[in-house]
Amino acid sequence: MAVQYPLVQTATAPLAPPVTWGDEIYTFIRKKPLGAAGAFIIAVMLLVALFAARLAPYDPYAADYGAQFMRPSGAHWFGTDEFGRDVLSRIMYGARIALFVGFVASFVGCTLGALLGVISAYAGGTVDLCLERLMDILLAFPLLILALAIASILGPAVQNVVVAISIPIIPRAARVVRSSALSVKENPYVEAAGSLGASRPRVVFQHIVPNVLAPYIIILTAQLGSAILTEAALSYLGLGTAEPTPSWGLMLSGSASAYAEKAPWIALFPGIAISLAVFGFNLFGDSLRDALDPRLRRKA
Amino acid sequence: MASYLAKRLFLIVPTLLGVAAVVFVIMRVIPGDVALLILGGDQAGHIDKAQLAAMHRQLGLDQPLWTQFGHWLWGVVRFDFGTSLWTGRPVLEELLGRLPLSLELAILATIVSVLLAIPFGVLAAARQDTWVDYLIRVVSIGGLAIPSFWVGILIILLLVIYFGWGPPLEYTPPWVNPWANFQQMVWPVVSVGYRYAAVTTRMTRSTLLEVLRDDYIRTAWAKGLHERAVVVRHALRNAMLPVITLIGTEFAFLIGGLVVTETVFTLNGVGRFVVDAVAHRDYPVVQALVFLIAFGFVVVNLLIDLTYAWLDPRIRYR
Repeated sequence: MAVQYPLVQTATAPLAPPVTWGDEIYTFIRKKPLGAAGAFIIAVMLLVALFAARLAPYDPYAADYGAQFMRPSGAHWFGTDEFGRDVLSRIMYGARIALFVGFVASFVGCTLGALLGVISAYAGGTVDLCLERLMDILLAFPLLILALAIASILGPAVQNVVVAISIPIIPRAARVVRSSALSVKENPYVEAAGSLGASRPRVVFQHIVPNVLAPYIIILTAQLGSAILTEAALSYLGLGTAEPTPSWGLMLSGSASAYAEKAPWIALFPGIAISLAVFGFNLFGDSLRDALDPRLRRKA
Repeated sequence: MASYLAKRLFLIVPTLLGVAAVVFVIMRVIPGDVALLILGGDQAGHIDKAQLAAMHRQLGLDQPLWTQFGHWLWGVVRFDFGTSLWTGRPVLEELLGRLPLSLELAILATIVSVLLAIPFGVLAAARQDTWVDYLIRVVSIGGLAIPSFWVGILIILLLVIYFGWGPPLEYTPPWVNPWANFQQMVWPVVSVGYRYAAVTTRMTRSTLLEVLRDDYIRTAWAKGLHERAVVVRHALRNAMLPVITLIGTEFAFLIGGLVVTETVFTLNGVGRFVVDAVAHRDYPVVQALVFLIAFGFVVVNLLIDLTYAWLDPRIRYR
């Protein structure tokens, strides 16, 4: 007598509860406390930049010749500079410049670089060879000197600084993305997609690009911090943002060293702001890399 | 090996030609005119047109760009980088006068960074996710985050305020007066060395972490080797390749990339030379410097690749 098996067996065990954003964030904080600290610093900076107009106690541009070189006090937490401008307010507005330049420059640079890297890897042959040589040429330039030259062509203005900083990022991103696109390209599913008649753009954007997003995000977060640093260095050298725009690097140049003995706080606080911002991005980026890199996920 | 070397040496040529062309074009696109600057002032209106044209002719700037480029390249091949439009002295002579300072700074900073980075990087990796690791990571991420020019400003501030000491203005080579040289170089070396130590520490840590997960390391543990033997003799040797690449490329960049540090400490090195030359639109100087820095970078890269073969017997170049 044959046993009757039901044709379709319905699973009765309860499904695992869906992982929510809250759980993911909680796990990240617990597993990567340093990364969470970085994310916290970035969040605070973003809020300060967004609400600078509300939060800043003074007008960052308003000179007050009665209040030059005021020591840090209840009225001026971070003191005032040689024009009597409130240093805290200028730092708060400076966060806008730093974050804007950092985000836009590294996004533009990394995205262009990543696209070139994917194209280079997918096309192969002469295209690859030519693009690689072009990237070699760009890489052979010292980053700061290339930015310096571009910034002096375009003149001091925020949008020009963005261009000057994003161009040197392109070859760096292209390198990283190209090498991982090369290995993704060899996967059977890429070949399968091609044989099923998928067009070239479809193969690239549907099958290759999603699989190189991890290195793209890693290089993006890594470049964020260095873009902020480059902006500060360019402004310090007088080739970045021009006075009176409150930029952290600019606040450190000229007057800060000239009045160092009289008013060291002018040089102290903008430097802390730069360091803290870059520190936050690096902490976050570092932990993100640990979390995204499958080679590091295995237990030692 | 020989054919690989020949191929690589051959590939250097188009890269350097590209670099030369890019610098040449960038310098001609930058607004501003060295002839105007030499004749005094930026107000074109006040300067005699004929005088300006004569100056252009004297500097060779009236020739078509192609001719200028060809002329310059021909000079480079013969190791003649032309004369500075600003000082009128040969570029090579000016450069050689400033090179010892930058070279000394770069070498000392590299030594300091390697001496700090490798032990701390190894320690952080061997003690991953403990307080030792966190501390080393925070200090090294800090080193990446703190602008080296700001460290320089702070050092000068402290020295000036508390010790009434200002950095000397003239460079004293170590073979003339080692003590004076030390006093001058120690702070720049500290401020640059810390930053590069941070970069190298992170690289050492992350590559070592990857290697420590390899099968042969498990074998080494299983054989009952001591931690020191496993980490240093087995893992570190294999983790060193990317670290050496990094040290090499950073060194190549240090020579030209000390722009900001040299500005802070008012050191008259190669970096300052570049900034001043860009400001003066001194084409031959900028072209020569960028070309030489790029040349150094390409050569260092080649040397690194060759070191790979020497360090890792699995790599064979064809």
